[in-house]
Amino acid sequence: MTTPPAPLAKAPDRLTLRERLPNIAILGPLLALLLAVIFFSTQSDRFLSPQNFSLIFQQVSYVAVLAIGQTLIILTSGIDLAAGVMMALGGVVMTRLAVNSGLNPFLAIGLGLLATTFIGWINGLLITRLRLPPFIVTLGMFGIVFGVTQVYSRSETVSNLPAPLTFFGSTFQIGTTTWTYGTLLMLALYLLTHLILTQTSPGRHLYAVGNNPEAARLTGIPTNRVLLMVYTLAGLTYGIAALLLTARTGVGDPNAGQTEALASITAVVLGGTSLFGGRGAIIGTLLGALIVGVFTNGLTLMGVPSVYQYIITGLLTILAVAVDQISRRKA
Amino acid sequence: MRTPTKLVTAALAAATVLGLAFAQGNQPVIGLITKTDTNPFFVKMKEGAQKEATRLGARLMTAAGKADNDNASQVTAIENMVAAGAKTILITPADSKAIIPAIKKAQAQGVQVIALDSPTDPASASDALFATNNFQAGVLIGRYAKAAMGNKPLKVATLDLFPGHPVGIARHNGFLAGLGVKDSSGKAITAQTPTNVIGGVVVCAQDSFGDQAKGQTAMENCLQKNPDINLVYTINEPAGYGAHQALKNAGKDKAVMIVSVDGGCNGVRGVQSGVFAATSQQYPLKMAALGVAAGVEFAKTGKKVRSGYTDTGVNLIAARAVSGVPSQSVQYGLANCWGQ
Repeated sequence: MTTPPAPLAKAPDRLTLRERLPNIAILGPLLALLLAVIFFSTQSDRFLSPQNFSLIFQQVSYVAVLAIGQTLIILTSGIDLAAGVMMALGGVVMTRLAVNSGLNPFLAIGLGLLATTFIGWINGLLITRLRLPPFIVTLGMFGIVFGVTQVYSRSETVSNLPAPLTFFGSTFQIGTTTWTYGTLLMLALYLLTHLILTQTSPGRHLYAVGNNPEAARLTGIPTNRVLLMVYTLAGLTYGIAALLLTARTGVGDPNAGQTEALASITAVVLGGTSLFGGRGAIIGTLLGALIVGVFTNGLTLMGVPSVYQYIITGLLTILAVAVDQISRRKA
Repeated sequence: MRTPTKLVTAALAAATVLGLAFAQGNQPVIGLITKTDTNPFFVKMKEGAQKEATRLGARLMTAAGKADNDNASQVTAIENMVAAGAKTILITPADSKAIIPAIKKAQAQGVQVIALDSPTDPASASDALFATNNFQAGVLIGRYAKAAMGNKPLKVATLDLFPGHPVGIARHNGFLAGLGVKDSSGKAITAQTPTNVIGGVVVCAQDSFGDQAKGQTAMENCLQKNPDINLVYTINEPAGYGAHQALKNAGKDKAVMIVSVDGGCNGVRGVQSGVFAATSQQYPLKMAALGVAAGVEFAKTGKKVRSGYTDTGVNLIAARAVSGVPSQSVQYGLANCWGQ
């Protein structure tokens, strides 16, 4: 099985060999990604190139970072429908403070991160203190954050950004291929989250809370504190996603992010994380985000119209979960 | 369980206070229903309507759909505005056919309904239409691009809105008609052509939703598919800026021409700085002001507006004029643009 066993009050100091092996859950998405790459390589001679792969990484970067926060939340059997609009708010706060209010850009970025983190914390409070379902809280928050973003920005896009705000869009060379610093940041965040989830006791607590909150509580895990921390951290990752999106497009766009919460959930699901909580791996989510990016890019290279791309991505999502379920039943 | 109750009570109280703050006295009431309240185009339309309403002493109610194709919210808004005593409703139909029953119901109660920006289908369902001809807007940038490109073989990318939207189709096909392109069966493209024409010189057509980030991704992928694309059409300027970012990253921004539609101030500045070769400028403030004036007239005299289509005009804005295609200067565009 793929879940770490429910830990005792204190996480064990040493991991057993079985827990050190790569998580079986990510083998599925890895296989799907490889198959997709092989398929598109046979369909277009422009697909299989380092430069094209760099592009795909750039295109998925902000959704992939949103999906980090989304994964943490879904592991606790929650869901966050406000992820995308929180990202938009973060981007608008950063850019407006830097451009319209003339704040130091680094301070502006900090305040943008603070804004999304704060909203994540509010989500966490509503879910833990008032015992409201995450679906409802974040559905409500979607409307509130979206409206606030529109009012604050007067629905206007902010442009002419100072350099620090676009740093992660700037590039460096590896051989003849250009990569962005944003891609590096995204990969670093995934590595960090992977380490936290697999090597630290808060990480294992998170799985325990997702598996069985009652059992976790009885073993002395501060369930509410874990949940509050998860939603707050998720808010922070949305702020970082905002920084990536802003750097990529070069503007603060109040209308961004309206469909991105669902895109991030798609990445999590394709990555093999269970919506029922407690089971999944963060690396799977990265693979899930890449699968969507590979399909969008590959289908465009094949000349497939956008309409059919929606159909194919939808089918893929259902198929991924179906395969996961069937293999589990057999196991 | 006391806390939730308190919270709900507090929320209701807050909502009531907000509601009272927005309620007003006894003036002619005019309703404005836009497709969304997030697109700067509609935001400006609303501001223009508010200005005119204040000037003429009318009260303006506004509502909007959640997305460009959200018919249900518009139907609800019509019903609510009629209930609130609006005598004239101005609407930018999200769905040109589906909105008609709601319009008919309002008209049966003596309400004048005027379509702004895009027609109902059939156009006669509304009392009048104040709009830009989106097909013509496309034709202008198409003709400009054709003249500017000369005899170069065209490799075109189109960054469209989303499937089936009439404004998206009209602009896309207008642009191709202006380029002098025929459809796949060799027939001329007209305003009646039902779907986006693709293929032929259009080597890549992708949806952008009018969104900058999605426009950038679509352009990047189109460039991967056809690195020799030399002309880009975008549904609006935000998508155009996304395309420009993709071209710049690929080192092709100088070699590839982008043309767009809308003429928002940010878009005209793009023409000024060379990001866009040309854009077709529309005048949402004018549409709104005309609509409100007609509404006040109806409230005061009971006289309905002259029925039929009033074209509020579209102008080609280009930094560099080309011979045979009349265009306005960037200065003109900036003086008449909407947005910031």
